[in-house]
Amino acid sequence: MAQRKFTPGSLERERRKQRILRVSMYLFLIAASLPIVIGYLWLFVGAFTGNLVYGLVPQSFTVENWSFLWDPPSPAWPDIWRTFFNTFFLAAGVTLIMVVVSTSAAYVVSRMYFPGRSMILASTLILHAFPAITLLIALYYILRTLGLLDSLWGVILVRAGLMVPFGIWVMKGFFDDIPWDIEMSALIDGATRFQTFWKVMLPLVKPGIAAIAVFAFMAGWAEYIFLVTFVRDPNSWTLSSYINAIIGNYRFTNYGLLAAVSLFYMFPVLLFFLLTQKLLMKVTVGGIKGGR
Amino acid sequence: MASIKLEQLTKRFGKVVAVNNLNLEVKDGEFIALLGPSGCGKTTTLLMIAGIYRPTQGKIYFDDVLVNDVAPKDRYVGLVFQSYALYPHMKVYDNIAFPLKLAKVPRKEIDRKVYEVAKLTKIEELLDRMPGQLSGGQQQRVALCRALVKEPEILLLDEPLSNLDARLRIETRAEIKRLQRELGITTILVTHDQVEALTMSERVAVMHAGVLQQYGPPDELYDRPRNLFVASFIGDPPMNLIPVELERTDGRLRLVADSFVLPLAEEWENMLGQIPEASFTLGVRPEDVRISTEEKANALLGEVFLTEPLGGGTLVHFMFGEISFRVLASREIKMDVGDKFWLVPDQSKLHIFTKDGLSVREVGRRDAQ
Repeated sequence: MAQRKFTPGSLERERRKQRILRVSMYLFLIAASLPIVIGYLWLFVGAFTGNLVYGLVPQSFTVENWSFLWDPPSPAWPDIWRTFFNTFFLAAGVTLIMVVVSTSAAYVVSRMYFPGRSMILASTLILHAFPAITLLIALYYILRTLGLLDSLWGVILVRAGLMVPFGIWVMKGFFDDIPWDIEMSALIDGATRFQTFWKVMLPLVKPGIAAIAVFAFMAGWAEYIFLVTFVRDPNSWTLSSYINAIIGNYRFTNYGLLAAVSLFYMFPVLLFFLLTQKLLMKVTVGGIKGGR
Repeated sequence: MASIKLEQLTKRFGKVVAVNNLNLEVKDGEFIALLGPSGCGKTTTLLMIAGIYRPTQGKIYFDDVLVNDVAPKDRYVGLVFQSYALYPHMKVYDNIAFPLKLAKVPRKEIDRKVYEVAKLTKIEELLDRMPGQLSGGQQQRVALCRALVKEPEILLLDEPLSNLDARLRIETRAEIKRLQRELGITTILVTHDQVEALTMSERVAVMHAGVLQQYGPPDELYDRPRNLFVASFIGDPPMNLIPVELERTDGRLRLVADSFVLPLAEEWENMLGQIPEASFTLGVRPEDVRISTEEKANALLGEVFLTEPLGGGTLVHFMFGEISFRVLASREIKMDVGDKFWLVPDQSKLHIFTKDGLSVREVGRRDAQ
């Protein structure tokens, strides 16, 4: 047996060691997150001031930067609310496709055995590992052939298509966790296979659906590269194309406007995240334990 | 209600044969048990009857109607799973009402039936709870309610008691038996626990490695096990099984193993005389041996090696060389390690099995046919 010796001195030393460890941990975390915090701080300050001395020190308070809400800064640009709606439409479209396709596909992959099942699973993983940007040119041709260039639908399909493999894997995990007994029980209770899926299985994987929906919505909301590549028509702009235009079209970038639009862009996501945080946390817990 | 007939039923999973050529009949309103160690194919059989698994070969009849291709929902079967398989996202009420809702029963009718069945199993006050808030015993009742509420023609119970504690198991055992008798519903119980099978059901089918070993009333299985497997599986404490050689000295038959020498009564002469073999397995139930302090005919002298008090009696181990022999003694007899007693096995309750594991009685009967 190992010998244990506690003396008042050794305990004190141990305590001091713990405290130093904790303090240094905090110091490291603060240092690491400082750039991010400063970035957001700049955004917030910049959105409400006329000009910044050395780009940091605010001089005067103004709401001038927010005039884009009722008056487009450039006649060539679309109305901001239309752009806002486009962004929402894109994010919602990606979410809808992601949820419907991944959930039904994951159920089949989790519960049914068919030739090529393991191959499909492996290939979806590879697809997920593919850097999407390498597909840009190929996708351009495909969308042009389908007549989906300059349309949000094209971007929705591409983004959803790229995310679905991830969704299938997440949802498969949730379905795998549900015991077969529950499904058999529903069948014996008089349900058809589809009723079993709809009335018993789906409610049990709700946390998973919520998780992939949140991920899909965020990805759709933040979509950038496919938008600026495939969509030129200002009527189909989203907020990220709008910001892209602010940076790209002025000879001198209007930083006040940039900050205000960025804040406007971020706000719904922040709100959304605050509301869904609990659901997201649940994903790590997962499963159907507890039955609440 | 319905009768069930299984004809040459076989189920294979890939190369594994889970159930092999099973023939079984269950009468209308009868309570039977499928008994066997885990992996013997009893649950597979149950799931084939429920319609979840499709038989590889063979036929399943309900009331002489072939149901092989009938979907589970059209079989009018209620099943209680070992895990209970309650729907965790539904309240107890909705769990029980689920089969009725699927059958589009009017709401008022659902309400009436749910309360009726909940009353039957005394869980009325739990209807508003979620399954996760219930104890194992309560969940078990809910599962039973859900199986019964649609008034099935056949009730299937898959190890319904194995997740309950010992005390509750005994109570629930009696309760299920009472319910079954009240409702008169044809019931199949799957269990690995021989006590459950013997106490609850009218007939027991013992299965081993996918093959039916014996099918009959509990007494018959106990008194006349057809083969070694049934003999060793049924009975607690288990039967003494001793490999023996048959010897003939002075015109009398004796079974010999090491220093264990048991003279046989004359009735065995006819049965054993017809069998050309000399090696057998002797089976003696611990409770079929009388203990005496005086020498008796057809008795053996044994020395107490170990005693296990069981409460109601004492299980005494006697050693004959390498062979251990257990005897159930009444509490009145005082015994200490090293004491010597005369053991008198009841000759009419001996079991002798051939090398193939078949009971000698069975061999005799087969030859007579």
